[in-house]
Amino acid sequence: MTTRILMVYKRFERLWHWSQVALILTLLFSGFAVRGIHHLMDFRTAVVVHTTAALALLVIWAFATFWLFTTGDYRHYLPTREGMIAVFRYYTLGIFMGEEHPYHKVFWRKHNPLQAMAYLSLKVILFPAIWITGLAYLTYGFWYGGTVASSPLGWLSDIHVAAAYAILTFVIAHVYLLTTGHSFIAHVKPMITGYDEVDLTPAEEAYLAETRIVPMK
Amino acid sequence: MSGYHSRRIGTRVVAALFGLLLTLSTGPAPADESPSSTGAAANADMNFRLQTEVSPTHHRTQSDTTADHSKFKALQGPFTSGPEVTQACLTCHTEAGHQFMKTTHWTWEYTNPKTGQKLGKHNLINNFCTNARGNEGMCAQCHAGYGWKDETFDFKNQNNIDCLACHDRSGTYYKLPPSNGNKACAVMFEGQKPINWAKVAQSVGRPGRENCGSCHFYGGGGDGVKHGDLDSSLIHANESLDVHMNEKGLNFACTMCHVSHQHQVSGSRYNIDAKDSIGTGKPGIRREASTCESCHGMAPHPKLSIVGNKLNDHVSKIACQTCHIPAMARGGVATKIDWDWRTSGAVDKNGLGYKVDGYKQGNGEERDIYKSIKGTFKYGENLTPHYAWFNGTMNYLTIDTKFDHAKQPIAINALSGSAGDQDSRIWPFKRMHTIQPYDKGNNTLVYMHLWGNSADDKEAYWGNYNMGNAIAAGMKQFNKPYSGEFGFIQTYSYWPITHMVAPKEDALACHDCHAKNGRLKELTGFYMPGRDGGSTWLDRLGLALIALTLLGIAAHTAIRLWSRNEGDHK
Repeated sequence: MTTRILMVYKRFERLWHWSQVALILTLLFSGFAVRGIHHLMDFRTAVVVHTTAALALLVIWAFATFWLFTTGDYRHYLPTREGMIAVFRYYTLGIFMGEEHPYHKVFWRKHNPLQAMAYLSLKVILFPAIWITGLAYLTYGFWYGGTVASSPLGWLSDIHVAAAYAILTFVIAHVYLLTTGHSFIAHVKPMITGYDEVDLTPAEEAYLAETRIVPMK
Repeated sequence: MSGYHSRRIGTRVVAALFGLLLTLSTGPAPADESPSSTGAAANADMNFRLQTEVSPTHHRTQSDTTADHSKFKALQGPFTSGPEVTQACLTCHTEAGHQFMKTTHWTWEYTNPKTGQKLGKHNLINNFCTNARGNEGMCAQCHAGYGWKDETFDFKNQNNIDCLACHDRSGTYYKLPPSNGNKACAVMFEGQKPINWAKVAQSVGRPGRENCGSCHFYGGGGDGVKHGDLDSSLIHANESLDVHMNEKGLNFACTMCHVSHQHQVSGSRYNIDAKDSIGTGKPGIRREASTCESCHGMAPHPKLSIVGNKLNDHVSKIACQTCHIPAMARGGVATKIDWDWRTSGAVDKNGLGYKVDGYKQGNGEERDIYKSIKGTFKYGENLTPHYAWFNGTMNYLTIDTKFDHAKQPIAINALSGSAGDQDSRIWPFKRMHTIQPYDKGNNTLVYMHLWGNSADDKEAYWGNYNMGNAIAAGMKQFNKPYSGEFGFIQTYSYWPITHMVAPKEDALACHDCHAKNGRLKELTGFYMPGRDGGSTWLDRLGLALIALTLLGIAAHTAIRLWSRNEGDHK
């Protein structure tokens, strides 16, 4: 097993990640303005910004989903129990004792098991909850013909808002976890340059060196 | 429509009368002015049924006709009276008389097909001058007929139809009350220039705003008094007052929207199409509709924009008027918002009634805040409407309705509709508050005999100022039970706001309603973003989750820092 520096976050992935960052922050801010949590944005502006950002994010998600399945990269998000306990132990105990992060990126598993689990639940629970309710809310004029008293908008918005609070919680934890293990910069840098240290088997190393399908330093 | 009509008529007449009365009997300075020089036109509270201004350029009044009425032999005269002119009109317009006699402009009666209630000025009581019934000698100044002053009026004689009130385009036709009333009132009507009947007969055309407005702008007893969205400022409207009637723009006559069929004019307040579900309809479809949708369609906002799409979603729940008429009485003419009949009847040392100015309206004219014949008033301009769910049906308090005295203010025309009603939308209203007489023993409203048809009428309130007598006479005339004891009760009446449509830049903004203390804060029972979120249990839970996360992170960080220091010490 050798550790090599290679491209783990491809250009599309980085673009996807950072546009997602920008759009999710925009959506949280404008969404909370629509909800009435703050009044830093006019209601009409908030609605326009929120709708536009949401539609843009949906387009990016569509591309990302397509990309994940055609490239096979979806495998990074498949849940695994292997190493889970070690990572969990690290965050609750080891981190306080100056231990090294137990996880090392391998070629087909660039996230630690806890991370993968968190991203997976985001992708299959929170994101669908928010975009299904959001789209339903946005288009209710096309499919709902009843009275406002029995309108589903109340509970649709409740689910939407609950998901938003959960996503904000994720964002906060996500950013905080960047400060753990290696330095904050060491965590953020790969998502900018694309390169990070990965443990490769001799076979993988030879294959990547031979085919050059993934840039390697 | 008849409601408007009669009321306006009533109003106008009343206004005129009042004006006259006031002028005549004004305590403070009656000696200085001769009644004829008082100039009814100068006082917004005493208009005669006449607008001398004529704007022949209104849409629909423009002459695109193939006939020149001044060349008609039948119209050469000489005529000495209105009915003679009508007779001449009917020689060509052979069916117009019978057709017109079926309309509420003639009958002042309307039976609501949904509630079965008999409405119309001939029956109803409002909370302005209260009742036209029994006071036709004044109020029927706004009846499209000649001579209705009491129950003897012949509704079957088509020569009694007044064609000119609506169709004179010379601006020289006018109408006086059918009777002169108490001697204090009669002086108001003296000294009018005679009508040149041949001239007005030859000047007929389609009604302009001033024709309709000569009654409908003066409902409730004076300019703008009743409706809040109809007053004389609309005769020369600018764009910011009304985009459709803008003199320098579309310049619509009333009949552009209030289309008619055999003299039946659409858009009656007695049976409102509160939620038009047809829109413009297919080409050639006959529609007696005066809804916004009948021209603008069911999805009037731009479909290719986020905001436009959202606004089109609003159409099924929010009347166009709610956003597009942001305020009432915007033309410099005030509307009455509060009326207290309890203070009426005060007289000066000569025993004469008087009036007191006290409100200067936007166009500079003074309005009376007190009149002996009516009581005390409050006015308002640029008012925010009252908003309510409304499905087009109003349940009226009629002369026969017993009410619960404890439930004041009593709604004279209770709005029907709710958030749970598919046919309801949120509509803007002017809400009029009045303290008016009622029958204390029977808990009903009362007819007051305000206008005497003869100079020596001892019962008429206007001139004699005895309310008990006026009520007893008003009730007796129509065989209505009266306990003999009257009190005062608070009432509300609701007037749908639908004119004075502002330019789109002036329409309500989203945040006018989508806010904690927005315009719809009182309409509950449904979710509205911007108003109902932010402080619910869900939000508290969500914010608690965020707080706990931050707290957890703080604790985690603290332990990390503490354990690192511990490590360093080792």
